[in-house]
Amino acid sequence: MNEITASTFDPLILHRIQFAANISFHILFPTITIALAWVLVFFKLRFAYTQDAKWMEAYFFWVKVFALTFALGVVSGITMSFQFCTIWPGFMNTVGNIAGPLLAYEVLTAFFLEASFLGVMLFGLQRVGHRWHTAATFLVAIGTSLSAFWILVLNSWMQTPAGFEMRPNAAGEMVAHVTNWWAVIFNPSFPYKLSHMMMACFVTVAFLLAGISAYRWLRGDRSASVKATLRTGIVMAAALVPVQMFLGDLHGVNTFKHQPAKLAAMEGIWETQRGAPAVLFALPDEAARVNRFEIAIPKLASLYLTHDINGEVKGLNDFVGVHPPVAPVFWGFRIMVGTGLLMLAVGWLAIWQQRKGKTLKPWLGKVLVGMTFSGWVATLAGWYVTEIGRQPWLVTGVLSTKQAAADIRTPMLIGTLVMYIAVYLALLVAYISVLFYLARKAGSPSHISAEQIPREPISPAKLVSSAA
Amino acid sequence: MNALQSFNDWLPVIFLAVMGLSMLAYVVLDGYDLGVGILLRRADQADQDMMVSSIGPFWDANETWLVLGVGILLTCFPAAHGIILGELYLPVAIMLVALILRGVAFEFRLKAPVAYRPWWDAAFYGGSLGAALSQGWMLGSYILGFQSGWAAAGFAALIALCLAAGYALLGATWLVFKTEGRLQTQAVKWARSALMLTALGVVAISVATPLVSERIFAKWFTLPYVVLLAPLPIMSALLFYIIHRSLVRLPTRLAQGNSYGDWVPFAATVGVFILAFYGLAYSLFPYLVIDKMTIWQAASSPEALRIILFGAVIVLPMIVGYNVLVYRVFSGKTRVMSYGA
Repeated sequence: MNEITASTFDPLILHRIQFAANISFHILFPTITIALAWVLVFFKLRFAYTQDAKWMEAYFFWVKVFALTFALGVVSGITMSFQFCTIWPGFMNTVGNIAGPLLAYEVLTAFFLEASFLGVMLFGLQRVGHRWHTAATFLVAIGTSLSAFWILVLNSWMQTPAGFEMRPNAAGEMVAHVTNWWAVIFNPSFPYKLSHMMMACFVTVAFLLAGISAYRWLRGDRSASVKATLRTGIVMAAALVPVQMFLGDLHGVNTFKHQPAKLAAMEGIWETQRGAPAVLFALPDEAARVNRFEIAIPKLASLYLTHDINGEVKGLNDFVGVHPPVAPVFWGFRIMVGTGLLMLAVGWLAIWQQRKGKTLKPWLGKVLVGMTFSGWVATLAGWYVTEIGRQPWLVTGVLSTKQAAADIRTPMLIGTLVMYIAVYLALLVAYISVLFYLARKAGSPSHISAEQIPREPISPAKLVSSAA
Repeated sequence: MNALQSFNDWLPVIFLAVMGLSMLAYVVLDGYDLGVGILLRRADQADQDMMVSSIGPFWDANETWLVLGVGILLTCFPAAHGIILGELYLPVAIMLVALILRGVAFEFRLKAPVAYRPWWDAAFYGGSLGAALSQGWMLGSYILGFQSGWAAAGFAALIALCLAAGYALLGATWLVFKTEGRLQTQAVKWARSALMLTALGVVAISVATPLVSERIFAKWFTLPYVVLLAPLPIMSALLFYIIHRSLVRLPTRLAQGNSYGDWVPFAATVGVFILAFYGLAYSLFPYLVIDKMTIWQAASSPEALRIILFGAVIVLPMIVGYNVLVYRVFSGKTRVMSYGA
């Protein structure tokens, strides 16, 4: 056995775990708020067209979920803004001229739209009336999506950097300078990453809507709003999961072109070959550089990657020393795809069972409850594929993860890591249980909708003048 | 030092000003709502609801000033961000966890089952106190230029206590300003007990900064600066006296149903914070890390700063305008919040 002591232990892995823990916890909440904001806009528009109170009931329930989720997203996001430079000081040193403005725009858009319209969206219906309240909800939705836009610009640029040159700074270190902002923003992987992530948000929320609504429905809550949200969730799931798979495939082809080592790890292909197989199952052994217990379909990978049954696919052995760790990328990819296939099956089955006024079978309702947070599983697995798949680089070809890491003493790293993880786990448990608690409370007979729709909306002009 | 010859030399100064004002806004604004959190345990259930309601519409926007300030430090002065937050790694981590707990407790205490509510109230109190203490610790060790040793740690601990007291003073005077009746009278007492420690903190910082650096000593205690700057400590002392006198007189007046001047302690406390901030900013400029790194050494390239400035010029006025509007909309005495619709 190897002796691992404090002196030989590599603290780099602790840096990565700590950052991964924080960013994984953070991404759970924006994944929901980004799409849920649009769903809330949808509820309000449905109410405006139909004047059916069930849509406002749906809105009032889900806006509470939104508020809770948003708060968790904000506080975990604050953590991120402190950690970029404490854990990865080399990142801003080398590519700060690019990452800085992108992050600044993210903060400015998020800050502005959050501070401006969230208050009105949460507390303001009574004060400003429906029309302005819908507008506020719409602007919050724009804000969350804009925030995602800037973050994905930065992330995709780290994967496939473009539009810059390296010049020495005063200290003689090579530093990235922008030559073309357009090329930085619309770098080769950006459109694929943005659309794949946005769709992931919508699929996650589809299953959240369906899961919580199915839970209420199984407990005997037959209100029109529960049926409406259940149906919204199921239709979204059935319609969007196939779109997501199509987008994922496009993203894969893009990775094949620009990050062949990541793709080889995802596919578990060691040798460069023509007519490469699609590996369904294997235990990749990085020491021996082979797959154990491999089950594969011949030639399929070449077909879907190159659209030619004998197309060439580069193997990991072409990138010895500069390819990512194989097993986590390989398995992350299979967990993501597997969850996606399950989502597709459940989504289509549910919409089939609900055809022509028929109701969901209770067993499928239970499956939906079980899959309430399946979007989180697929999204996190996908992020691990793409982020671990970028290793050993932090910015592909420009800056390695090792070069960027800070010199933090190991005991301090471990101590704070334990603290963060304990807090995150506790909050995750609290979040999930409160969501189901809110669902139970909303469905209980004692809960008579206290939330009245305002009869005499106050115009914002009046509000401003009375404020002044 | 740098001669400010071109617009490129001015860019770091502009962002320093924006960052400094964001931090000042954060300390004053989140200061009073953290202060209310620190005082939460001293009140009964009904008063607690009123206290939380008094900061309800504001706390989220208050906290985003911190994101803006640190965001500017990160994006405009990345080298200083790495050094400062690297040195303060542990207190930063504690502050973050505290802010997380405080922020989510706000939502959870209203949405979770009633049986768990004492837990979330404890998280709200603990988070507020933890954030205040760790920010004070950071301020203390930042002023000493991140020296190590027992003396430095003792100084940081003293500033931690004093800043928590300062926030409690802000919180208590905020409650005097925004509430009525028993809670208001109670808040006057809380404010009086926080006053001395706050004053001690201001004095400790004022004495320590010139002793740490000869450069700072020279900036304060040479002619003509010593004369020109004399109004600063004089005004601070005056403000402390005003707070004290107002807190002594208020209980009698409030008992007679006269709430005239209930805003004075809060306004004067904000004034103290602004003066202390101004003094500190004067001492430090143009250094971001005392006597080690100037704003020009820490700044991103001019082309990056220009593009950030473009966005900031559009967005910042809107943020300020909106904040003013919110405070006007929710002006007057607090009512218990109706959540949901």
